[in-house]
Amino acid sequence: MFADLFDPAKAAEAWRVIVSAFPLALWETFYVTLLSTLFAVLIGLPLGVLLVAGEKGGVLPLPGWLMKLLNMAVNVLRSVPFLILMIMVIPLTRAIVGTSVGTVASIVPLVIAAFPFVARLAESSLREVDPNLIEMAQSFGASPWQIIRKVMIPESVPSLISNATIAVTTILGYSAMSGIIGGGGLGKIAIDYGYYRYRYLIMLAAALLLVLLVQLFQTFGSRLASRTDKRLKR
Amino acid sequence: MIEIEHLSKSFRTADGTTEALKDVSLRVETGDIFGIIGMSGAGKSTLVRCINLLERPTSGRILLDGTDLSALHGRALREKRREIAMIFQGFHLLMQRTCLQNVCFPLELAGARPAAARERALELLGLVGLADKAQSYPAQLSGGQQQRVAIARALAAGPKLLLCDEATSALDPTTTASILALIREINEKMGITAIVITHQMSVVESICRRVAILDGGEVVEQGNVSEIFARPASAAARRLVFPEGEAESAVIATDDRHFIRVVFNGAKATATPLIARMALEQGIEANIAYASTRSLSDKMFGSMLLSFPEKEQARGAIEYLTRMPDVIAEEVEPHVC
Repeated sequence: MFADLFDPAKAAEAWRVIVSAFPLALWETFYVTLLSTLFAVLIGLPLGVLLVAGEKGGVLPLPGWLMKLLNMAVNVLRSVPFLILMIMVIPLTRAIVGTSVGTVASIVPLVIAAFPFVARLAESSLREVDPNLIEMAQSFGASPWQIIRKVMIPESVPSLISNATIAVTTILGYSAMSGIIGGGGLGKIAIDYGYYRYRYLIMLAAALLLVLLVQLFQTFGSRLASRTDKRLKR
Repeated sequence: MIEIEHLSKSFRTADGTTEALKDVSLRVETGDIFGIIGMSGAGKSTLVRCINLLERPTSGRILLDGTDLSALHGRALREKRREIAMIFQGFHLLMQRTCLQNVCFPLELAGARPAAARERALELLGLVGLADKAQSYPAQLSGGQQQRVAIARALAAGPKLLLCDEATSALDPTTTASILALIREINEKMGITAIVITHQMSVVESICRRVAILDGGEVVEQGNVSEIFARPASAAARRLVFPEGEAESAVIATDDRHFIRVVFNGAKATATPLIARMALEQGIEANIAYASTRSLSDKMFGSMLLSFPEKEQARGAIEYLTRMPDVIAEEVEPHVC
């Protein structure tokens, strides 16, 4: 299938598509990924806090049944394959966005697929906080809410940032997949041209751009995480 | 004043219940520096955590100026905890905050205005000698400096009581001495009562006025530091006061001679050539099996183990030595050491 990659006619056609369609697709992928991550963090971070603070012996113990329910919900959502989840949430997407097709509509399934993942990542970051610091805060009379706001979250910021980077790159991958059910962006181009019309050169170019985007996000995220970490001596 | 009344704490573990504290009763006067000493596993950490209710006692009461802390819950307990500050072996500073922000932490919790908190924090950093490190992060500081920041933080909310949980155990001897001097200075200048938990007798020696010895979750002895040093009654106290005790007992085990322990309390006694004078005046020749001198708070303090071939000579020596000021002499059974 790659034999025609270097056919000059096909290369010229591919170049036309790249110039005309790629800038918009790149922009769509970019903002869908970032918006989805933002919403996923808005839901996932508080959920992650609850998963840590709410357990037995945590700073804000919640009823056991509630914790079991939360954990189960997160696990169930995490185990549904994204491709199937996208189709399953179509009614919800329609209710929120008004349509189930298009770039904006793809944000809904992305957020639903990503927030449980983000919650687990946040949970693991928050668990890294030295329990002695929580005890210290308690000894100074801190309330559970103060411990969450002033100790647990600020102390795990570097780890939260590096985990957010993982979330961004994963969501970027999901957003490419959403091209199948009508989401926009580089994924849609790769599928439309590469899969349906056998224009492999265009598919490759789209994939290459996705790789570059991941590199960009990862580099930026890692730098930000290490820059915010005050435990490193400088 | 803090009173601990019949405090017990047991933990449920995989193989039954462990009694960490058994009927502990202590009384710490306002303005005092009170030592709680014991070997590891004696229950010191549990005891200090019960004082500010980080651990809830199984039974017993903790009274801070008459208020029963163990009866408090939730908000009322949190408010009361602000009167009890704590410093830790591991410092436990917030690593993502500057020193200044760390000192502000208790003030933030109490809802102080940011500007006022900042001003107070800067003042306290000055007090602990780290005004120039206000904008540094804890990771940039040495252990001793971090503990100073922790002390400034502990003082921020104006506590009545300072709990020091093995606060110098992670520090080298010189730094330990300077931190202990700082604790004493705070106690004297600000009148803050301090409870010092440690496994090191040297810490108790240098700053505490009164001490309780904890062994196996029980207070086996408590009293003035100089008295306990002079006459350690319990086995645990002797182990702490005479850490070289094992060498002593080795001497004794191989010998069926008669032993007396002589304790000198104060510079006057340590400056007198007692043993030589006893030989000259009484004709009793003592064999020195063990001797040591150290300074305790501001006093010189010595202990000596003498041996005699005859019981009569040992008796005579005790009679002679106890007549001297600030000297305590007692016969010791070989197995006691």
